[in-house]
Amino acid sequence: MTDFTLKIDSDGVGVITWDTVGKSMNVMSRDSMALLNDLFDQALNDDAVKGIVITSGKDSFAGGMDLNVLAAIREEYKDDPAKGLFEFTMNGHHALRKIERAGMDPKTNKGGKPVAAALPGTALGIGLEVPLACHRIFAADNPKAKIGLPEIMVGIFPGAGGTTRLVRKMGAMAASPLLLEGKLNNPQGALKAGVIDEVVPADELLDAAKAWVLSEPKIVKPWDEKGYKMPGGAPYHPAGFMTFVGASAMVNGKTQGVYPAAKALLSAVYEGALVPFDTALKIEARYFTQVLMNPSSSAMIRSLFINKEALEKGANRPDVADQKVSQVGIIGAGMMGAGIALVSALAGIKVVLIDAKQEAADKGKDYTATYMDKGITRKKVTAEKKEAVLGLINATTDYAALKDCDLIVEAVFEDVGVKADVTAKVQAVTGPDCVFATNTSTLPITELAKAAKDAEKFIGIHFFSPVDKMMLVEIIKGVKTGDVAVAKALDFVRQIRKTPIVVNDERFFYANRCIIPYINEGIRMVKEGVEPALIENAAKLVGMPLGPLQLTDETSIDLGVKIAKATKAAMGDAYDDAQDEVLFWMFDEGRLGRKSNSGFYAYDEKGKRQGLWEGLSAKYPTADEQPDLIDVQHRLLFAQTLEAVRALEENVLEDIREGDVGAILGWGFAPWSGGPFSWLDIIGSPYAAERCDQLTEMFGERFKTPELLREMADKNQSFYGRFGVKAKAA
Amino acid sequence: MTEAYIYDAVRTPRGKGRKDGSLHEVTSARLSAGVMNALKERNGLEGHAVEDVIWGNVTQVGEQGGCLARTAVLASDLDQSIPGLSINRFCASGMEAVNLAANQIRGGAGQAYIAGGVEMMGRVAMGSDGAAIAVDPSIAMDTYFVPQGISADIIATEYGFTRDQADQLAVESQKRAVAAWKDNRFDKSIVAVKDQNGLTILDRDEYIRPGTDMQALGALNPAFQMMGEQMPGFDKVALMKYPHLEKINHIHHAGNSSGIVDGAAGLLIGSKEYGEAMGIKPRAVIKHTAKIGTDPTIMLTGPVPVTEKILADSGMNISDIDLFEVNEAFASVVLRFMQRFNVDPSVVNVNGGSIAMGHPLGATGAIIIGTLLDELERTGKGTGLATLCIASGMGAATIIERI
Repeated sequence: MTDFTLKIDSDGVGVITWDTVGKSMNVMSRDSMALLNDLFDQALNDDAVKGIVITSGKDSFAGGMDLNVLAAIREEYKDDPAKGLFEFTMNGHHALRKIERAGMDPKTNKGGKPVAAALPGTALGIGLEVPLACHRIFAADNPKAKIGLPEIMVGIFPGAGGTTRLVRKMGAMAASPLLLEGKLNNPQGALKAGVIDEVVPADELLDAAKAWVLSEPKIVKPWDEKGYKMPGGAPYHPAGFMTFVGASAMVNGKTQGVYPAAKALLSAVYEGALVPFDTALKIEARYFTQVLMNPSSSAMIRSLFINKEALEKGANRPDVADQKVSQVGIIGAGMMGAGIALVSALAGIKVVLIDAKQEAADKGKDYTATYMDKGITRKKVTAEKKEAVLGLINATTDYAALKDCDLIVEAVFEDVGVKADVTAKVQAVTGPDCVFATNTSTLPITELAKAAKDAEKFIGIHFFSPVDKMMLVEIIKGVKTGDVAVAKALDFVRQIRKTPIVVNDERFFYANRCIIPYINEGIRMVKEGVEPALIENAAKLVGMPLGPLQLTDETSIDLGVKIAKATKAAMGDAYDDAQDEVLFWMFDEGRLGRKSNSGFYAYDEKGKRQGLWEGLSAKYPTADEQPDLIDVQHRLLFAQTLEAVRALEENVLEDIREGDVGAILGWGFAPWSGGPFSWLDIIGSPYAAERCDQLTEMFGERFKTPELLREMADKNQSFYGRFGVKAKAA
Repeated sequence: MTEAYIYDAVRTPRGKGRKDGSLHEVTSARLSAGVMNALKERNGLEGHAVEDVIWGNVTQVGEQGGCLARTAVLASDLDQSIPGLSINRFCASGMEAVNLAANQIRGGAGQAYIAGGVEMMGRVAMGSDGAAIAVDPSIAMDTYFVPQGISADIIATEYGFTRDQADQLAVESQKRAVAAWKDNRFDKSIVAVKDQNGLTILDRDEYIRPGTDMQALGALNPAFQMMGEQMPGFDKVALMKYPHLEKINHIHHAGNSSGIVDGAAGLLIGSKEYGEAMGIKPRAVIKHTAKIGTDPTIMLTGPVPVTEKILADSGMNISDIDLFEVNEAFASVVLRFMQRFNVDPSVVNVNGGSIAMGHPLGATGAIIIGTLLDELERTGKGTGLATLCIASGMGAATIIERI
């Protein structure tokens, strides 16, 4: 069995079928690329072959490149990885360019064999770049199939000619959402966008492709003909000029300068547009290599692709039997409970949604109805589907309905006593195998578990708001939580298609523990007289989705006050209250954030954020001397990162992969960095420790170099070098 | 060291840089040749009378391409033994031509030069020569490229200038230009543009809008707000470079920015001996010249550091300067200059500037040196400084002293 096979049919069509061994979806490896190249040669050189169709033996075409290949090449060409990556990329170009030229005479474009791609379903990344090198792309009319180039999402860009071909096919403007945003289309959408050429019924796919290659079609690509002009204009064509001026500005503003892939992509497009096709491919390969050599891209691939998937597949799941949830009981139909009910029902899990009052329970269920209605308006959901999903949710006040539930998620008011009552009420009904989970974000799991019959079956499952959008779920083990409960939580998270991390029980667990110091650092700077705009912009310029002040407005000032008071009570003298003055003053002014239409920012009557509130600088005048941007950025980043390191030191985190993936998905920690541990690896532990020393000197003890980091700096170790054993095993 | 003197300065009137502008029918070479011919005629430049013609021009494509300087010399009555050098330092090209000529003379390379420039903005569109800094993503993103209008608005935001201040400066520019024409203050240097039959095509600046007031300007929408805040969103790029700003205050519009016009200007620069040999009298000495690079994003603050530099290089103080010409590319450029050096508006651009009369890119630097000289002579003042902001973040300046 091999990943590609060639069969020459009696009609004279050579059919190359892609069928990656042992995978549900085709992925391209180095070996399979070489094999494709060989089989294509064979077909091209066989006089019996009049035309060639490249298709798939699976119901999809291909999911893309096996990204592990890149790490392997880096390893193999240790002394000069850029050389290895560039050669690898150029080899790909040569193979695909051969398909595109298909034996045509280089001067006259005469001769050659027609090559069609026949896509039965999804075609992503190199799974679309191979078809783009063919002469015509047919796709089966499968509305669920996704066609596109999503590379930018993991910090790289299409480097197998997809960038150069798509821009030459569609023009820079039309190609930009596909390349710069990784926009995916279904086959009809891809046809409309001009990415593919024909959509046919699934059972006619191969016949249509074969008929076309046998019809003696014109196969030369427009860019290989004399007088080719790029659609929309090349960079120094008047229209193209405007496109390119705008593109640089848009990418710059959007990426805030921290995503090297978008810039490299755009440069490859621009420079490629000024030269003939083969030279453009070489330029594309140079920029692609540059991006692969940038530590940001390998960190993003590692966290957002490889490790995210590993965690979703249960990298840290205890070795116990399948714990798939068949019926979940959700206690509390507020915003969180309603959201958890929605994602559970969407995953086909039966839900009992309990609240003290029937109307509250019904309101929680309505959340799902509204969500499905939105889907219907957007034509993504059918009315039948809506009924089916709603039919899975039983909204009630009756605890007896929980009898057959194998998992309970409690999302009631954040109070130990209230939660204890609920736990007892629930466990009076449920069976001994039922796992009880609390969605608390602030209370200790071990403490709450005391109210449970069996602390081994008690666990924290911390969802983020809004539940349907936030992809991270934080699973918290109490001191006594057992393996079955952990497996149950993980299997549940897998069912609802989210990404889990498993952490131990300490104050604020992992995500909130790290985000609070970020917010506090921002507010502290306001008090010091740092320009609020500088604080907010510095955060964005280091890749944070929201500045700390805006984030405080979003999460609300009163929540901040509540957390500050509770933390102070728990920590006593050790508590650093520098930010509280500003926070409490805002609270006293009634500025509670977005929910009160007033906070660090001003809002109009419709709730649209205007600008930073002028009263802020009136109360805390900005200093004449403003700090350097880099100091502001490092304060904001280290505040979070050092907390992550401490979480690792204290064994709240057991796996740095979870620390990195959780940081990006949980609170948007600078995704370009691959997460806090990846960031420390990028800047290097010696520099990180030195920088912490400086920050401590300038701003205080909260930046004190953690012992672990100090030790690693002394030994010049990296986190993935030292703690990455688990990652390698996955 | 040999000193460099200005013997003569002429310019064409500025025509609206549009299809219906009076100079739209005239070619770049012919307009340039007209200026060269006037200098020849007024100063008796026979044979190899000057070492070179250095000609500033920004958009060097089409009819302005192919070394327009040499083309214009051949199209003029100057002797073919005189070569031509086209140069481009964006808006200061005309000034750079003068400074280069002066410094060549000071260095002993030739006795005399014609220096000036031309821009037919209505015939050869600004930007049509391309610019990698704007479109090459690697460069544009690394330098945080934004168009000049955005840069002018960054200046306004960073240094706290309001729309009213900018509009007041524009109204004043118009008033002063009208008054200067009424008082025949440009008579010495204006050379009417004539056709091949000797018929006059244009003999007055036609871009001026007499009667412009605050109310009229107040009705204009900010010109750069849309491209700044929406498509493609240059403000975001500006804030990346100026992160202490929360937002950009868009105060500039067509009425308080320089006008798009056609025009040309030229000066005759020579040594003392040259004047003696030619029997012509020097009018001013070019005391100092300077140029500098600045942040390309805010781009247009160059007049400040280049003036600091020229004063430091020459050991002069700002108070030694009697009159200023600060090119009115945008109102905020001039406001920033006056703010930084605390100079009285009554000695800056006293006869109006590019907001009222227009800014033919390659020529303006030469025009304002001529205007400065005429005004020094008219008022009997001694020392003048001319300076311009320059695209991509540069500045240029010249100090002249009346003889």
